Amino acid sequence: MDENKIALEKITEDLTFHIRITRGFKIWMGFLIIGLCICLYAYSRQLRFGLGVAGIRDYVSWGLYIANFVFFVATSLIGMLISGVLGLTGIKWITPFSRIAEIIAVAFAAIAGVVIIMDMGRPDRLAYVFIYGRFQSPILWDVTVVTTYFVLSALLLFLTMITDISWVHTKTDHLPGWVKRSYKVLSLNWTDTPEKNAIIRRCVRILLILIIPCALAIHTVTSWLFAMTTRPGWDSTIFGPYFVSGAFVSGGAAVLIAMFFFRKNYKLHEYITDNHFEKMGRLLVLVMFVYLYFNINEFLVPAFKLKTAEAITLNDLFIGRFAFLFWAVQLGGLIIPIILLLVRKMRTPLPLLIISLAVFIGSWFKRYIIVIPTQEHPYLPIQYVPYNFKVYTPTLTEIAITLASFFMVLIIITVLSKFFPVIPIRETAVERGLLEDEIKDE
Amino acid sequence: MEEQPKHEQNQDNQDKKNHNPEDLKQLSRRKFLRNFGLVAAGAAAGAAALFSGDLFERSKTKGGKKKILLTQDNKLVEVDSLELKAYEKSPEEKMQIRGREGLPGRRWIWVIDLSKCRNARQCVAACQAAHHLRPDQFHINTLEMKENAHTPAFHMPKPCQHCDNPPCVAVCPVDATFKRPDGPVLIDNERCIGCRFCIAACPYSARMLNWSKPKFDDQDKGRPYNIELNIPQRIGTITKCLMSSDRLREGKLPYCVSACPNGVYYFGDENEDAVTNGTTKETVRLSKLLTEKGAYQLLSELGTKPRVYYLPPKNRLFPFEPSKQAEPKKI
Repeated sequence: MDENKIALEKITEDLTFHIRITRGFKIWMGFLIIGLCICLYAYSRQLRFGLGVAGIRDYVSWGLYIANFVFFVATSLIGMLISGVLGLTGIKWITPFSRIAEIIAVAFAAIAGVVIIMDMGRPDRLAYVFIYGRFQSPILWDVTVVTTYFVLSALLLFLTMITDISWVHTKTDHLPGWVKRSYKVLSLNWTDTPEKNAIIRRCVRILLILIIPCALAIHTVTSWLFAMTTRPGWDSTIFGPYFVSGAFVSGGAAVLIAMFFFRKNYKLHEYITDNHFEKMGRLLVLVMFVYLYFNINEFLVPAFKLKTAEAITLNDLFIGRFAFLFWAVQLGGLIIPIILLLVRKMRTPLPLLIISLAVFIGSWFKRYIIVIPTQEHPYLPIQYVPYNFKVYTPTLTEIAITLASFFMVLIIITVLSKFFPVIPIRETAVERGLLEDEIKDE
Repeated sequence: MEEQPKHEQNQDNQDKKNHNPEDLKQLSRRKFLRNFGLVAAGAAAGAAALFSGDLFERSKTKGGKKKILLTQDNKLVEVDSLELKAYEKSPEEKMQIRGREGLPGRRWIWVIDLSKCRNARQCVAACQAAHHLRPDQFHINTLEMKENAHTPAFHMPKPCQHCDNPPCVAVCPVDATFKRPDGPVLIDNERCIGCRFCIAACPYSARMLNWSKPKFDDQDKGRPYNIELNIPQRIGTITKCLMSSDRLREGKLPYCVSACPNGVYYFGDENEDAVTNGTTKETVRLSKLLTEKGAYQLLSELGTKPRVYYLPPKNRLFPFEPSKQAEPKKI
């Protein structure tokens, strides 16, 4: 019994060890905030002078911002895959990084909403979407499901954390006073009793079930922003599943990158083991295979037929202006990582970090080549306009505004992971048999 | 209340013993001022209450007339005339309402004869002047077209096709762009949020955004917004061809149609089966023109149902000359 107690105390201490303000944290947050401020200055220029400060014009009118929006929505889907799909099927090895996936989901979903506002020509009229909203427009569907997904993800994150928050604030005394005080408020007076555990478990279960169709909806609807038009390159019936499968790739890579840094910086080697990286590596290669399958469908089918309008866009991608980017993304961000990940040695932390970074960056540029090339080739010729209308080049201001979204996401992830146990404490204890789980699975 | 002054007097008497006359004088003055202030405030409040009460009573007697009204659900109700207010719509509101309603009984239709176009671009100039556009903004543009390697090139004026099944209207999240019963697809730049989904959806590249401050922004400031002319242009909102709806209201032909020196455009009412040539002012039967010249529509396979017909460039009046106009500078 005593051994049990000591082990329990060790887990609690290990998993709350990082909840304190360190010098590293101050430097990192300082960097993020200064970076964000510079980028927000760029946005203030856009507010003053209009969207014209960006490189987008009348033909390529959706540029970096929309590509970035698609990427953000995509990455947020990983919360659904890990906590929802794998969690509901009772898979245990996700425990140490399920919360990481949920934090990523909340951060990316929240900022996706901000990114879409950055793209608006009249952000001052945002309320019109709710006042005059017409439900036949896919934008309304997108606003609805992204908001719902964000609320569900945030609730899921909070509800699964409430047991830990209460646990930490009653069982530990090494935390700074203000952390304990805020934990007391956040725990909502929750106490570790079988009845309350049962309630939380039931709520989480409902959320997990709800979050699956909702997550599928957000990315399917996002793909429909393109697929609902008649533009060659967007006019595709598989855009929904194509986007969803791609979402798991960028999200999976994001979780692996986060796992690596949390394990290293928060000294969690005992909890996030090499085996967890192995398993996550396998999951990544699985979703990448699915994505590869959809890529073959998306490009081979029109490339075989070469309908006039489709052929122009495909030509641009395969051997034209976007060829370098296209092949770099397809080979460096998809095919080579798949081959590498099939080797067991490559599914260890450091190689996985490098592969994941390549996949993550590749996923971002993949959205770029989905969004931009199609618009450079409308049905009718582009004439009598300046050269920069015909060929899209992002401006510095536009890049800075896009970077702002990354700073914001990193700030949210850093703050959430810094002030809350990044690995579920109670669940870990239960899994190690240190704590009796009073509730049997229904 | 009666005891209070007495008590205070006692207090004063006591004070007299302790203070010199100068202090006493000050004390009593302060007290006087305080009491006076209280009385004055009370009197003012009472007077105000009486006055407003009187106003209310008088206003009651002024009304009294009952009016009988028919409500939307077919009920007769009696309403005091006091509750009815004359409502005067502002010029903006009037223009908004009539701009969204359109001209009853009309179905505007456009026919463009490609055999007559020699790329004079007078239509473009007239349009840009009328709608206060910059040189790179085209509600109408003349494009050099070549269907494939062995077919001849030709110039094609391309306005908005004012589709009967408009993809831009379908995707608009806020009802800023809308299809009017008499044909044109208009844009309300007081509603537009600048999401540019309509630009992405339009297969004819007929829509553009005011990416920065509009050219005539300062000059048009304060001018009531005319939805049929889309002036003043507004930053961050869409601008597009409006079929010159303001001219149609006056019974005139669109700006571009009237400006053409070569007789390219026919414009008219489908319900009357008649179209008028903008240059010669000759009116011809629409159905006959379309049949005889073998009219076609642009990208009709997309199901957009355009309201613009093209007559193919056969028996051309002018040889094809490529445009000599230099590419405009970067904006």
